Amino acid sequence: MYRVTLPTVGTFTAWRDAARALLSAGVAPGEVLWSHGQAGDDLFAAETALPRGDRPVTATKTFLQLANLVAWHSDPERFGRLYAALHALQSDRRLLEDRADPRVDRLNRLAKEVGRDKHKMTAFVRFREITPDGANRRAFAAWFEPSHYITEPTAPFFAKRFGDMDWSIATPHLTAHFDGTLTFSDGEAKPPLPDDATEDLWRTYFRSIFNPARLKPKAMQAEMPKKYWKNMPEATLIPEMIATARSRAAEMAAKAPTLAPARAAPILDRLHAAQSEKLQSQDQFLTALQGCRRCPLWENATQPVPGEGPLDAALMFVGEQPGDTEDLTGRPFAGPAGQVFETALARAGIDRAQVYVTNAVKHFKFTPRGKRRLHQNPARAEIQHCKWWLDLEVERVRPALMVALGGTALESLTGSREGLLKRRGRIEETHEGIPLLITVHPSYILRMPDPGLRDEETQRFQADMALARAAVGAGQPPQPRPFRSPDRP
Amino acid sequence: MHSKTLEQKLAILSDAAKYDASCASSGGTRRDSRDGKGIGSTTGSGICHAYAPDGRCISLLKILMTNFCIYDCAYCVNRVSSNVERARFAPEEVVHLTLEFYRRNYIEGLFLSSGIIRSPDDTMADMVRIVRSLRQEHHFRGYIHLKTIPDADPKLIEEAGLYADRLSINVELPTDRAVQDYAPEKSPDRIRKAMADVRLLKEGATERSHTGRRPPKFAPAGQSTQMIVGADGASDATILTSSTRLYSSYKLKRVYYSAFSPIPDATAKLPLVKPPLIREHRLYQADWLMRFYGFDVQEITANRSDGNLDLEIDPKLAWALANRALFPVDVNHAQKEVLLRVPGFGTKTVQRILASRRHRTLRYDDLKRMGANLKNAKPFIHALDWTPRRLTDSHDLRARFAPPPEQLSLF
Repeated sequence: MYRVTLPTVGTFTAWRDAARALLSAGVAPGEVLWSHGQAGDDLFAAETALPRGDRPVTATKTFLQLANLVAWHSDPERFGRLYAALHALQSDRRLLEDRADPRVDRLNRLAKEVGRDKHKMTAFVRFREITPDGANRRAFAAWFEPSHYITEPTAPFFAKRFGDMDWSIATPHLTAHFDGTLTFSDGEAKPPLPDDATEDLWRTYFRSIFNPARLKPKAMQAEMPKKYWKNMPEATLIPEMIATARSRAAEMAAKAPTLAPARAAPILDRLHAAQSEKLQSQDQFLTALQGCRRCPLWENATQPVPGEGPLDAALMFVGEQPGDTEDLTGRPFAGPAGQVFETALARAGIDRAQVYVTNAVKHFKFTPRGKRRLHQNPARAEIQHCKWWLDLEVERVRPALMVALGGTALESLTGSREGLLKRRGRIEETHEGIPLLITVHPSYILRMPDPGLRDEETQRFQADMALARAAVGAGQPPQPRPFRSPDRP
Repeated sequence: MHSKTLEQKLAILSDAAKYDASCASSGGTRRDSRDGKGIGSTTGSGICHAYAPDGRCISLLKILMTNFCIYDCAYCVNRVSSNVERARFAPEEVVHLTLEFYRRNYIEGLFLSSGIIRSPDDTMADMVRIVRSLRQEHHFRGYIHLKTIPDADPKLIEEAGLYADRLSINVELPTDRAVQDYAPEKSPDRIRKAMADVRLLKEGATERSHTGRRPPKFAPAGQSTQMIVGADGASDATILTSSTRLYSSYKLKRVYYSAFSPIPDATAKLPLVKPPLIREHRLYQADWLMRFYGFDVQEITANRSDGNLDLEIDPKLAWALANRALFPVDVNHAQKEVLLRVPGFGTKTVQRILASRRHRTLRYDDLKRMGANLKNAKPFIHALDWTPRRLTDSHDLRARFAPPPEQLSLF
């Protein structure tokens, strides 16, 4: 029989070292008696030097994490349970995965209790200021009564948090001190701590933040058990707060609404005047578009995305609808497809700032999927409703040439998207008689799975952009030509 | 006029802040003050330092900078037309309270909100001044949650995000229509744009520059929002659809639902009946089902024609009762997605089931050890030594879970 007495400071490390030695010598769990602090009363076990063996001992990371909680529990058999589990772990590496195993279950429950106690310590310790006169570092002290031996493993939390002050936390089993370095001394009885005026402010806060119309004392007590109350300055208020809550809430509800104070009306008048002035100074087109309710797409979108560019642009590009990025920024072609578009423009020698870029549909249509929004094609009705805005833009800009990027734009401008790929590269005519160059949407290129095909499509798209530039660059509006451009086979 | 003491101001301005549900201090980067040059730490998971008798966690010092306000939102105790007592903190006072409370381990940090004084820009600039002082002059490394003002200059919001762990903008009410009716000075469009800006700024702050330098972190704990439930006539389906949209559009960490609570000096515009607190609870449960259990809005709200959740039983149980054809499921063979839909099984229980069943065939008692709520689960599962037989399809199954019917009061 081996007898191991673990120290009150550094308990876990000492247990781990002892367990490693015992296990390497092949000592069975039943042959060890563990105790904590001073030597126990078991007269039959002899305090012996730890054996030395050469068997390999391994422990998983999960086990060590678990053990580093369980070792601080107040259960007198905790060390033996851990040793038995470590012993079993040598032949079954995956033991801890089996949550249905009663041994594993027991260890997990102990660990959970310690974890909870540690958490409550970080939450419910209350410091009082004890800074001596003339000190250059402020000093604080607290008294806390944990249920388990958690002062040592919880102290580093306070050291990290209160790095610029001296503090000590006294508990019945151990006292932690910090003055830049963390030290421990024996536990003590509740020390007399001087009054701290800030506690009154804290009580004021606690009383005021409570909403008497939502009394739920059980929910409070589940998270803040009564055993902690005696060391929390605010807890003395609780009985009275509960007792008066109902009458306070009833009083609030019974009170008739009062008349607004005299200052309210002039303040609101000034505010409303300023708000409507701001609205009036804005472009009428934008104001009207922002209030668009012609179809239900506005409900889910952030904002309508108007076209962008000079109103005297010769070239006007029409895309499909805003995507995720466009919806957030309020600018057309600002996302990944926008980059493809912009690169192609630049290669073709077109300055984006000189052309007008817009979409056939002004609001983003999507289905929410968790943290993402999945693009949805606009329906025929939505395209038709939004044509109103596109027509207004065309009227404002009166471009020499329009470019339809993809099927939705084509449908909006010509009434049909049929045969998009066949019509691509041709110059047709919109309903208003404006020449219209037809090409694909840049996102079509992004969706190409094969890099080779993607390159090919990028080339063709750039060729279309070059065609647009050539068409307006000639100085006279291009004539609609219902045939393929000669530069393509 | 005599000026108010710090204690009087604190009483007024924390009372005014208590209708904000959020008090979370989780998420974000880990920081500490081990170097001895500052104060505070964040660990990634929040700590509730106290609980009030309303069952709500007190994690942050939740206060308004001022409760003077030029807006007139019907549901708000601080609206311009209310006769509530007014106060305003000086910036140093907020800094002082935060640090002194923090040093005594009362709080995780500060949740600063404000009524709108003079203009949105002025108000936001004052709030930014407070958090800048906390971070730069006092080297405060605790948690800061800043309620941003949607109409404020985006530049101020950008600066706020450099100091705050979390930013939030309240959508206030579930529909645009309700916002227009109850908060006529606020614009749902601008609220949405402000949330979009925060998402863009946060995403922009993760991209390295061409020299490979990482930009300073922007609101590392993300953004959240709050919706008042029960002030307008919106159904639960409308509310949940709206939050689904918010989660997907602006990558919100949380949508908080706050059951409309009677306020002192309420306007006549508001409904007289207060909604049951249980409705708020059911909405949170439904929100969780959507985010962690793979449910979508339609499934959860399809059971009732009015689009509201069942108040008597939780939404997962309600869904399972309405879809009994899919049950019972075999805990020893069912896939993760299927197990997640069993009432009484949480995400952790499901993880444990999946890990343990590689070692053994699970019995009824094994499930108990894994944290399953078997009272709810047992009609819906098979285990090695358990079969629900006709229980799954029995007529009175709902009655086993719902509270007994109450006799109406005559008075």
